[in-house]
Amino acid sequence: MIDDGFIKSLLEKKGSLSRRESIDCLTLDCPADQLKDVVLSFRDDEGFDLLVDLTAIDHGEDAEVRFSVVLHFYSLVHRGYVRLHVLCSDNENPSVPSVSDISPAANWHERETYDMFGIKFTGHPDLKRILMWDEYPYFPLRKEFPLAGIDTPLPAADVVEVTKASVEPAPMMGGPFVSSSDGVMSDSEPRALDESWTEEMEKPS
Amino acid sequence: MISDEVGYNGKVEGDVIVTKADAVINWIRKHSVWPMPMGLACCAIELMASAASRYDISRFGMEVMRFSPRQSDCMIVAGTVTYKMAEVVRRIYDQMGDPKWVVAMGACASTGGMYRSYAVMQGVDNIVPVDVYISGCPPRPEALLDAMMKLQDKIAKEPSVGNLRKAKAVSAG
Repeated sequence: MIDDGFIKSLLEKKGSLSRRESIDCLTLDCPADQLKDVVLSFRDDEGFDLLVDLTAIDHGEDAEVRFSVVLHFYSLVHRGYVRLHVLCSDNENPSVPSVSDISPAANWHERETYDMFGIKFTGHPDLKRILMWDEYPYFPLRKEFPLAGIDTPLPAADVVEVTKASVEPAPMMGGPFVSSSDGVMSDSEPRALDESWTEEMEKPS
Repeated sequence: MISDEVGYNGKVEGDVIVTKADAVINWIRKHSVWPMPMGLACCAIELMASAASRYDISRFGMEVMRFSPRQSDCMIVAGTVTYKMAEVVRRIYDQMGDPKWVVAMGACASTGGMYRSYAVMQGVDNIVPVDVYISGCPPRPEALLDAMMKLQDKIAKEPSVGNLRKAKAVSAG
C-alpha cells in the first residue's frame, strides 16, 4: 500500500505536485510543463513503472479550464495506484507533452485521447486518429457532441457513389440505450430510458 | 399442361431427365453455398458454434467457410458494422463473384442494434443488399441455420437464366 510517509516525501521532493481530492487512489495535480520530468522520475526513482491508463476529461464548454488529461500508474513495489491530473491551459487548442517516449504504452492511449477529445500531444511520434477515420471532422467525446452523431460524408468516394451511404444521426427513440446493473435479467437488458417518445411521436412536455 | 415436377420422373425411363434450366441451376447453387464469415463482433462466436459438431452447418450443404471473398458467394455479416468498417465490408462484397448473397446476422448487422451512436452504421443494408435478416443478440446457431435454409429457399426461386441473360446484355453494353 502507498502509505502517508511516502506521499509526504514524494510531495516534498516534487514541489510542483499538489494533492487533489479523490475518493479512491492518490491523485496529484501536475503542471503540463513538468509532466515529462514527473513521469520519468515516477518510472525510474519511485517505482511507478506501469502506465495503466491515459485518458482525458471534458469539464464542459463553460468550465474555466475545459480539458484535463489523466494518467494512472501502478507500482509493483508499492502495490498501489497513483493518478496524475494535468490541466490543459488552452481551451481552444488543448495540448499536453507526450509521454510516449518514456512509457511506450502511452502511444495508442494518446492517439485515442486525441481522437476523442482533440487534445494534441506534443512530441508524439505519430499523432493521428485511431478509432474514427482520418478525415472525421469531430471529436466525439467532447460535451457538445451529440451521442447520435452528426451528418458526415463517408471517406471512400467510390463506395459512396454506389451506395449513397453517409454518416447519419442514429435514431434515439427515447434513448440513449442503457442497461441497469441490478434487477432480474429481463429488466436489465439495454433499453431506452424514456420510451414515451420516438422520432415520429413528439416527446410529451 | 405444364408440369411442376422439376426432378427425376419415374415415368420417363432410361438416362433422360427432363427439367427446367432454372430448376437445375438453382438446385446446384442452393446446395453449394460457400459462406464467407464477415465476423465483426460476438455474433461471429455463434457463427463458429454453428459450424462446429453440435449444430454442424454442413448438414445443409454450406460448410465450406472460405475466408477469401473470391472463393465464396454468401457473406454472413456477423456483428457490429462501424462506419469505419463499412467501406471494408462493401469492398469485400464487391470482390465476391456473382451470384452472391448477404445474410445480416443479429441485431447489430440488421439495424445497428443497441449501438445507437455516432460510430455505428444503423444496419448493413445501408451499404450492401441484404437477402436474409436474423434477429437476436446474438442469434442462436439454430436461428442462423434457419436463415440459411430460408436463403436456400430464396435461391431456389431465383430466375437464374433470366439473370444470366441480363448480365450478358449488360456486359455486351
